[in-house]
Amino acid sequence: MSYQPIKFYQTGTFTVGNRLLEPEDRSVQANMRRTNSLNSGHRACQGCGEALGARYAIDAAMSATDNQLIAVNATGCLEVFSTPYPETSWQIPWIHSLFGNTAAVATGIAAALKIKAIKGGNDRVRVIAQGGDGGTTDIGFGCLSGMFERNDDVLYICYDNEGYMNTGVQRSSATPPAARTATTMAVGEQPGNVFGQGKNLPLIAMAHGIPYVATATVADLHDLEAKVTRAMQIHGARYIHIFVPCPLGWGSASNDTIRLARLAKETGLFPVFEAEHGEVTAVSKIRRPLPVDDYLKLQRRFAHLFGARPRTDVIARIQAQADRNIRKYQLLQEAPQ
Amino acid sequence: MMRKPFAITLDPGSSLANHTGNWRTERPVYLDRLPPCNHACPAGENIQAWLFHAESGNYEAAWRQLVEDNPLPAVMGRVCYHPCETACNRGQLDSAVGINSVERFLGDQAIRNGWKLAPSAPATGKHVLVVGAGPSGLSAAYHLVRLGHRVTIHEAGPYAGGMMRFGIPKYRLPREVLDAEVQRILDLGVELKLNTRVDKILDSMHAGNFDATFLAVGAHIAKRAFIPAGASAKILDAVQVLRSMEGEGKPMLGRRVVVYGGGNTAIDVARTAKRLGASEAIIVYRRTREKMPAHDFEVEEALQEGVMIKWLSTIKQAGESTLTVEKMRLDESGFPQPTGEFETLEADSLVLALGQDVDLSLLEGVAGLAVADGVVQVGANMMTGYAGIFAGGDMVPAERTVTVAVGHGKKAARYIDAWLRGTDYAPLPKHELAGFDKLNPWYYADAPHTVQPVLDMVRRQSTFDEVQGGLDETNALFEARRCLSCGNCFECDNCYGVCPDNAVIKHGPGNRFSINYDYCKGCGLCAAECPCGAIRMDAEEN
Ligand SMILES: Cc1cc2nc3c(=O)[nH]c(=O)nc-3n(C[C@H](O)[C@H](O)[C@H](O)COP(=O)(O)OP(=O)(O)OC[C@H]3O[C@@H](n4cnc5c(N)ncnc54)[C@H](O)[C@@H]3O)c2cc1C
Ligand SMILES: Cc1ncc(C[n+]2csc(CCOP(=O)(O)OP(=O)(O)O)c2C)c(N)n1
Ligand code: SF4
Ligand code: SF4
Ligand code: SF4
Ligand code: SF4
Ligand SMILES: [Mg+2]
Repeated sequence: MSYQPIKFYQTGTFTVGNRLLEPEDRSVQANMRRTNSLNSGHRACQGCGEALGARYAIDAAMSATDNQLIAVNATGCLEVFSTPYPETSWQIPWIHSLFGNTAAVATGIAAALKIKAIKGGNDRVRVIAQGGDGGTTDIGFGCLSGMFERNDDVLYICYDNEGYMNTGVQRSSATPPAARTATTMAVGEQPGNVFGQGKNLPLIAMAHGIPYVATATVADLHDLEAKVTRAMQIHGARYIHIFVPCPLGWGSASNDTIRLARLAKETGLFPVFEAEHGEVTAVSKIRRPLPVDDYLKLQRRFAHLFGARPRTDVIARIQAQADRNIRKYQLLQEAPQ
Repeated sequence: MMRKPFAITLDPGSSLANHTGNWRTERPVYLDRLPPCNHACPAGENIQAWLFHAESGNYEAAWRQLVEDNPLPAVMGRVCYHPCETACNRGQLDSAVGINSVERFLGDQAIRNGWKLAPSAPATGKHVLVVGAGPSGLSAAYHLVRLGHRVTIHEAGPYAGGMMRFGIPKYRLPREVLDAEVQRILDLGVELKLNTRVDKILDSMHAGNFDATFLAVGAHIAKRAFIPAGASAKILDAVQVLRSMEGEGKPMLGRRVVVYGGGNTAIDVARTAKRLGASEAIIVYRRTREKMPAHDFEVEEALQEGVMIKWLSTIKQAGESTLTVEKMRLDESGFPQPTGEFETLEADSLVLALGQDVDLSLLEGVAGLAVADGVVQVGANMMTGYAGIFAGGDMVPAERTVTVAVGHGKKAARYIDAWLRGTDYAPLPKHELAGFDKLNPWYYADAPHTVQPVLDMVRRQSTFDEVQGGLDETNALFEARRCLSCGNCFECDNCYGVCPDNAVIKHGPGNRFSINYDYCKGCGLCAAECPCGAIRMDAEEN
């Protein structure tokens, strides 16, 4: 893990700030002078995990690059809710690409900056590309793979809310099995999304052998900020996949967004790790092991698993996925901390 | 108008123009909830607030906050049965915060560093008589003098402290500690008249021209049980035995001592007998361990020191060196019933620890004063039926502990103050309780309870050295930081961080936060992720 969790001091580094910690051990978000890259007045739903994750990540990147940053944004909620022309919530240099070419636009900007630097201009400006899971795992996948393969100097951040939320909650290749979406209805013998398909983009990114790949959630801010900071210290292609619950698309309470992200990690469904040059270098251990039911029950997209005749068979398959993650990434710690 | 590209009609601008606050159906509000520890402390301490200072290592600020309510922290930190810890929310996580041990640490720090108190209000010219220098009287005197009144204590005994000196043994409360905390109260200008028994309260009030009185004479008359006894049987009462421990001649109890009773006093006498050299100290109690009024940890410590306890037994007869004991059994309703089985116990002395009654003789002839069940009745304002005479501690109906006595002293002082000023004292309405369900315990670091060092067994059995050791600075800090700060913002910045709408305004250290309702959409994340339950979601009107 790129940061050393501080366990004591009442809440340690579990909370955003902590008056008992040294200022350098507090998060960027605790700082009264954080950038607030994504400002108030945006039109994201109540409790939007994507809005939160984007501010967390971009503020951390601004802090890590001394504000020398340009962001490229794919079409999707993050772009639509933040920038209905002529208004914008972004307080950083920001450009909207198309839905599918964000990685390519970012590559172009990085190339232009390189030329500028050669011609004696500012050589410190860094580039981030960001988009939703649909824009990343589906339509933008070709451009992204090319960016990885060329090792372009871009950090690509995917905000994974497990579906095409902006257009009304359709399935993407990041939608989990059994989840109900507008295109995977909760009907028939195998209700909701099918098992066994979809793409694990962090693993695919690692397969490209790029310098840095990491996953994070909006439930562990210190970890997320440390990963963004680490990524900005590296040149070349980097990828961070951030898990961002969506109250609208998941049918969850707006105040459960962070809780759901925490549960995804604690159940083992979403492994939180980082990798360099294709090899896993650190994993976030589970602190309080929990069954997947605790996570699924809070979301109406899984409600069909818990009706009058609970689908224990389907829940067991989801649990088996979590158990496999736990084994594969060694998510359990030896002694409880 | 600026020239715009094709199909563009508006100037670019910030989304701040878009007041998303009008989406809200619920609004977050910051509030202070009442921590369960505070709620349970009979002395009304603001525990969460003093722990907050201790957490950052500011022990003096912590102590000053503590003594706002209780002038005897070093004493409390040793003798209080800490109901606060029983109520502490952390108990539902791993184990309760060691509030009592941190309190003791602060009290000891204050003594070591000579921290002084200062009177806070200008002099009123009123003069209050306090009868009895036990914890209740001392607490009342302290609060009254800080409210600007002149206070004189009349104390029958040769020293201040009441049962803290003449009841609680030294091995639990070293006298230097008691003396230091009493002296600090006297240093505020409280006048203490020792060896001054009040025989007729109205006479004393008139003679001294007092404007009001606080009675706190305690309960000192030992209850007796009828036990047929031979002329040579040695029967003593517990209060008398413990009291004589403070004088020149230590009590002569012999080698085999039997104590009759099941309260903390019985335990204290038996442990004292052991330390005076008794080879056997046996407590005889008519019910079972579960039913014993003594606190379990004290029973445990006594057993560890070699005190023996005969459960389900009553004493039928006392002879010169033997006692006849009858076995009892509990009936369905839990009352002990005789069985007709007898046994003989060897005993050089029998000490009765059956509780104490209040000596009410000083109140004879006071009109309007009500007594029921042997204790003086008081109103919610601690005033007796006689206007201007207030009472508290063991002599009024309540649990008999030092902490309750201190709490009564504080409460009475506030009402006496109002009465003297001709105003009403209306206590602030209590905040809603910060129960465990209001917390988000995820955020707290896992941290087990710090164990206080315990004196080794040999020293415990033979000397009156203090049994429980204190915390040192590192583990006191550790223990303080285990506090969850229930119901009160401790500036963890979570609300400021987790708001997706950047609608929480941070005002900087010590100044807390507020909500920007222009942009708050009412998602409830700040409230859900506040670890300590300091934010509540309220329905918006219409
Ligand atoms: C052996 C023993 C151990 C105990 N251990 C604990 C413990 O560990 N923790 C705990 O919380 N509680 C304990 N208690 C109970 C606790 O000591 C009392 O509840 C508490 O001291 C009551 O305080 P008070 O101020 O009402 O009365 P007291 O402490 O009894 O003080 C009353 C004072 O008034 C004086 N007085 C009496 N009559 C007159 C008069 N006419 N004129 C002038 N002065 C007078 C007395 O001399 C005495 O100094 C113990 C009690 C005993 C007996
Ligand atoms: C080429 C193209 N196809 C379709 C769309 C319509 N479209 C806009 S956003 C979106 C879904 C975005 O999903 P995702 O990338 O997961 O982002 P989210 O809204 O979930 O954050 C779609 C299908 C488009 N803008 N461009
Ligand atoms: S649909 Fe989901 S991702 Fe989009 S704004 Fe609403 S909560 Fe956020
Ligand atoms: S006086 Fe007793 S109840 Fe009050 S804080 Fe101290 S230990 Fe707890
Ligand atoms: S955790 Fe702290 S504030 Fe909460 S009950 Fe315990 S001592 Fe009181
Ligand atoms: S997190 Fe922000 S938007 Fe949500 S209720 Fe709190 S202040 Fe309002
Ligand atoms: Mg999506």
